[in-house]
Amino acid sequence: MERIPILKMGKFLLVTIQVEMRDQLAMTLQDDLTQRVVQTGAKGVLIDVSSLDIVDSYLGRTLRNIAAMTKLLGASTVLVGIRPAVAITLVELGLSLEGIKTAMTVDKGMEMLREST
Amino acid sequence: MPTLKEHLITVSTSDDLAEVRQLSRSLAVEAGFSLLDQTKLVTAASELARNIVVFAGGGQVRIELIGESNRTIIRETFEDHGPGIVDLDLAMKDGYSTGDGLGLGLSGSKRLVNRFRIESKPAEGTTVVIEIAK
Repeated sequence: MERIPILKMGKFLLVTIQVEMRDQLAMTLQDDLTQRVVQTGAKGVLIDVSSLDIVDSYLGRTLRNIAAMTKLLGASTVLVGIRPAVAITLVELGLSLEGIKTAMTVDKGMEMLREST
Repeated sequence: MPTLKEHLITVSTSDDLAEVRQLSRSLAVEAGFSLLDQTKLVTAASELARNIVVFAGGGQVRIELIGESNRTIIRETFEDHGPGIVDLDLAMKDGYSTGDGLGLGLSGSKRLVNRFRIESKPAEGTTVVIEIAK
């Protein structure tokens, strides 16, 4: 089964979404990430979406779920590298990414995570 | 209004959404739409095709490139013979969903395109037509 690799960087987890996210993959990622947060006691999750040229409501909801679940587990989530066209479209679609911090780069994202822990 | 190119896609599971997105994207690129317009179209198409899968169990998506003398149009038609929508006004409200989604598919898609038309008859099915133009 196709899985998105989750890397551990100190007390943070890093996920890079580079492929077209089919529904099943999104669900698997949600589960895998949640489990890894518990296993590792990670304090933060960085999701790199800089390769995504579209985020629809299903993926948007998946990202919100990930943020909510990791928050319950004591970790913060930062979305990194949302493309401008994607950001504009998400706003017009009406999808709020409330509860998820965002950053332009992985470095900035890590900084935000360090500050919040 | 000559149709320059047309794709017909049968949609039955969420795995078919990738094809809808890819073909929408490639036609929009070919027609020279801006990156933002491409992104909005593909996102709207993903939402509307997803509705077919979720609510009707399957249907068809027709993607057309139409050339008028002073305009280029991409028209996408989403057709199903599913349960139809009982209250269209309610269905078009942000946040309203009869499934477990966010309720943004119809209302959101409408905001992302230039033209949006929906027709539905309970027990017969639903047709949504969207257009972007330049």
